[in-house]
Amino acid sequence: MNESSLFSIFLGACLINNFVLAYFLGICPFLGVSAKVETASRMGAAVTFVMLVASACGYAINSLLTALGVPFLRLIAFIVVIASTVQLVEMFVRKTSPALFQALGIFLPLITTNCAILGVVLFQTNRGYGFVEALVFAVGAGVGFTLALVLMAGIREKLELAQAPDLVQGAAVTLIIAGILSLTFMGFAGLAS
Amino acid sequence: MSAWEEPTPPPADEMIKGLWRENPVFVQLLGMCPVLAVSNSAVNALAMGLATTFVLLLSNLLVSSLRHFIPRQVRIATYILIIATFVTVVDYLIQAISLDLHKALGAFISLIVVNCLILGRAEAFASKNGVFRSLLDAMGMGMGFTLGLFALGAVREILGAGSLFGVDLFHDAFEPWVVMILPSGGFFTLAAWLLVFNAIRQRRERLDRAVAGGAAS
Repeated sequence: MNESSLFSIFLGACLINNFVLAYFLGICPFLGVSAKVETASRMGAAVTFVMLVASACGYAINSLLTALGVPFLRLIAFIVVIASTVQLVEMFVRKTSPALFQALGIFLPLITTNCAILGVVLFQTNRGYGFVEALVFAVGAGVGFTLALVLMAGIREKLELAQAPDLVQGAAVTLIIAGILSLTFMGFAGLAS
Repeated sequence: MSAWEEPTPPPADEMIKGLWRENPVFVQLLGMCPVLAVSNSAVNALAMGLATTFVLLLSNLLVSSLRHFIPRQVRIATYILIIATFVTVVDYLIQAISLDLHKALGAFISLIVVNCLILGRAEAFASKNGVFRSLLDAMGMGMGFTLGLFALGAVREILGAGSLFGVDLFHDAFEPWVVMILPSGGFFTLAAWLLVFNAIRQRRERLDRAVAGGAAS
């Protein structure tokens, strides 16, 4: 394992195959919590942390289940680990920052059903990443997720002041913006192999 | 339809509401991730829709028959475990039926676990209603979801590859829009469908108002 491959894993997860804009993982919080930059960046941080923990635990669980010869329990074990990590983060956020807890609302417990997190764990298992590679992959995915969320929030803050026709208001205009963002991210293809 | 009807609607209504009035894809915007990710061809979209319907049916069945035994505090964890079990079943089932399809759908089969639609129906419907109604509800929602996925997949395949179900439609007369197959095409197609639905709804509201106004005068 050399440094350049680690770097390309990071770039790949963060920019080229951005989890939100190329794999469509974590669309729900992407559409739901992207109204303000402040909330979006905190949400991104929480998701990144859960991803990192879930990725480390997922690696351990996968090795254990493979050694025991019961790979069909993988999915169930993953989801339980993610759910308990989210519970931990929720308790932590509630204690340290009640305001943030209010702002994230229902989307904090919903991180459990955020496909991006299960996606990280599943992709690292499917691609056979080692421990360090898996952690780098998780951080890259988290940074990419935060980036997409913050970009979207920035655009939507401006959009509040713009006059959009009645027809496109709500989800439709958000999806069109997401499509344009996704087109932009295509430009990163070929940065790293 | 009207407000003074009995509180429990007829059983058939549980099924039909998922198809149009509460369509999970176009109206509720639930389970967006698989909708956008695997709708790049009509076959993938149909397969994904059927797999989700299958999980939805079985999980609604189990949740509603166990609804008196599951303690409230741990209900979400229990639902997730039930769903994860059936998703594992579907994952191995698809692998047994068609390895190509399994490759094309990839990790998105496992990701059915975190489809908000399934957990949403378990929590909002199956945990409060009987087995028969829950099955009808799951059937309707699953069919609505499949319909939505297919609507997206068909448009993207026709415009992006000039074919439908792998059958060439236009020969050389049509230059495929590659962007439709790319991820951004998914966002654009869904946005376009939402625009169509918005337009229909606004038109109907206008007509209703016009009719009401005509009756009053």
